[in-house]
Amino acid sequence: MAQTSTMSITLNVNGSDYPLQIEPRVSLLDALREFIGLTGTKKGCNQGACGACTVLVDGNRINSCLTLAAQYQGVSIQTVEGLAHGGTDSSPSEELHPLQSAFVKHDGFQCGYCTPGQLCSALGMLAEYKNGVPSAVCETVCNQPKLTNEEIRERMSGNLCRCGAYNGIVAAIEEYAGKDFMDNKPATREGAR
Amino acid sequence: MKNFKYSVADSLDSAKTALMERSNCRIIGGGTNLIDLMRENIEQPDEIVDVSRLSKQIQQLDDGALRIDAAVKNTELANHPKVRENFPVLSHAIVYGASGQIRNVATVAGNIMQRTRCMYFYDDAAACNKRVPGSGCDAINGINRGHAIFGTSTSCIATHPSDMCIALRILDTKINLESSKGKRTVDFADFHRLPGDTPHLETDLMPGEIITSIDIAHSARGSSTYRKIRDRSSYAFALVSVACILSIKDEIVEDIAIALGGVAHKPWRADILESYLRGTPATEGRFKEAIDREMEAAVGFKHNEFKIELTKRTIFSVLSELKTEENSK
Ligand SMILES: Cc1cc2nc3c(=O)[nH]c(=O)nc-3n(C[C@H](O)[C@H](O)[C@H](O)COP(=O)(O)OP(=O)(O)OC[C@H]3O[C@@H](n4cnc5c(N)ncnc54)[C@H](O)[C@@H]3O)c2cc1C
Ligand code: SF4
Ligand code: FES
Ligand code: FES
Repeated sequence: MAQTSTMSITLNVNGSDYPLQIEPRVSLLDALREFIGLTGTKKGCNQGACGACTVLVDGNRINSCLTLAAQYQGVSIQTVEGLAHGGTDSSPSEELHPLQSAFVKHDGFQCGYCTPGQLCSALGMLAEYKNGVPSAVCETVCNQPKLTNEEIRERMSGNLCRCGAYNGIVAAIEEYAGKDFMDNKPATREGAR
Repeated sequence: MKNFKYSVADSLDSAKTALMERSNCRIIGGGTNLIDLMRENIEQPDEIVDVSRLSKQIQQLDDGALRIDAAVKNTELANHPKVRENFPVLSHAIVYGASGQIRNVATVAGNIMQRTRCMYFYDDAAACNKRVPGSGCDAINGINRGHAIFGTSTSCIATHPSDMCIALRILDTKINLESSKGKRTVDFADFHRLPGDTPHLETDLMPGEIITSIDIAHSARGSSTYRKIRDRSSYAFALVSVACILSIKDEIVEDIAIALGGVAHKPWRADILESYLRGTPATEGRFKEAIDREMEAAVGFKHNEFKIELTKRTIFSVLSELKTEENSK
């Protein structure tokens, strides 16, 4: 019966439409990597536990592994490939997204495997923060907290880094988010790494 | 994962019809639990109907209750101004669950219907009465650190993993259900079941039924909080959690509602503790007595005995914190 059937879907990724003929069981993560060829988005655990597969859907961060690609028709999907603007291999840094540059500056990675997920997650996280979404470390859910180091760590806890580059990741996010959001802590703390 | 047919429900009626008429058809909300279980071959539907595009309203009813549609995302619910203002314990509990990414996708109904994280349930080489009725339970004599201490049976000692549901349990919640045969409303208290000898039956949801919305109201007023104890400081399921609303007037417990997570097959309301404290002096001594009474029914297993003491201390800490908050009003 249904076992071998495929369906036609169109995904909009980084502003381009991709018509695909896929089985309904294909996840958004596999559609991006195996069918569209955008391998920037990584597969860590394939069960929602690591965040390596994080992409933005209409600006909201999601784990693309715990999805069916078919659920994500008619929305705008952004992957790590969509962050930099027209960079080339010979001069990539000029065109990096400012958050990417901050990751480079603060050593926000070692092997880099978790990085695409960290980047998309951080952008989604900052949008949530601006939208007033509370977190588990907020003193009260009624008031907007300062975006402290502790807030960033809690809000980014869905992204694991096996290299343990957390201090650099947090410093990069702090710098990108800018001083307006922050309490008075300097972006890079002494002895942080 | 076995392949299946996928369609999007454009109306509640089409979802109800699909569930009633097609065999082995399941509905999907965000998919964060169902897809995981399908990937492990624990769930094997032939057909999936996506209800995540149905109505996502949050509206205030005439009696002050809030009606939250089933497809509302966890993040949206936690961030809704009415929820943050009037039901902060619910916002709090939600943001203690899972991760930002998962909360952005998870729906209210999916969260309520999520299945246990018992690792033997996930492992199809293990015996599990919930997965295969009558096959046994490898958790009872296995690694049962995360398992239940209340309401267990000789068939199953699994817990319900939700944080959101622990807050719902103290908010006079009602669940609105529909099928092609009609509508009904059930109390949240009666929705999840204890395992008994049918642990595969987890809720009161009948075949063909869909959760359309939930209604929440205040059962108790006062200071509230959600406290979650877990193996790491974020992004882990609860070992023990406590949702509590406490109101103290003139040193007397005017009202109290308290529910526990991570300890039972369903969100566990601490009725014994509540009735012991209600209308009596809010002293630390009485808190301890009430907790001991509530915990008399708790039974630990080889690896989760510690949960009994942990639960006692967590409740005590929550009551003390809320007492301070009430006294400073
Ligand atoms: C890594 C990880 C960590 C997590 N940590 C936590 C945690 O700490 N705390 C916590 O509370 N949760 C946690 N979760 C679980 C998460 O909250 C659930 O997966 C989520 O709430 C399920 O919602 P969904 O909409 O994605 O459900 P789905 O996966 O879409 O559905 C789940 C079930 O609900 C049924 N369903 C969906 N909609 C309806 C409806 N309208 N009527 C009737 N039935 C319906 C489906 O058929 C299915 O059986 C975690 C999950 C993961 C993957
Ligand atoms: S505790 Fe319940 S879910 Fe876990 S193995 Fe036993 S029967 Fe299965
Ligand atoms: S690959 Fe998706 S969360 Fe790990
Ligand atoms: S940089 Fe290696 S996993 Fe994060």
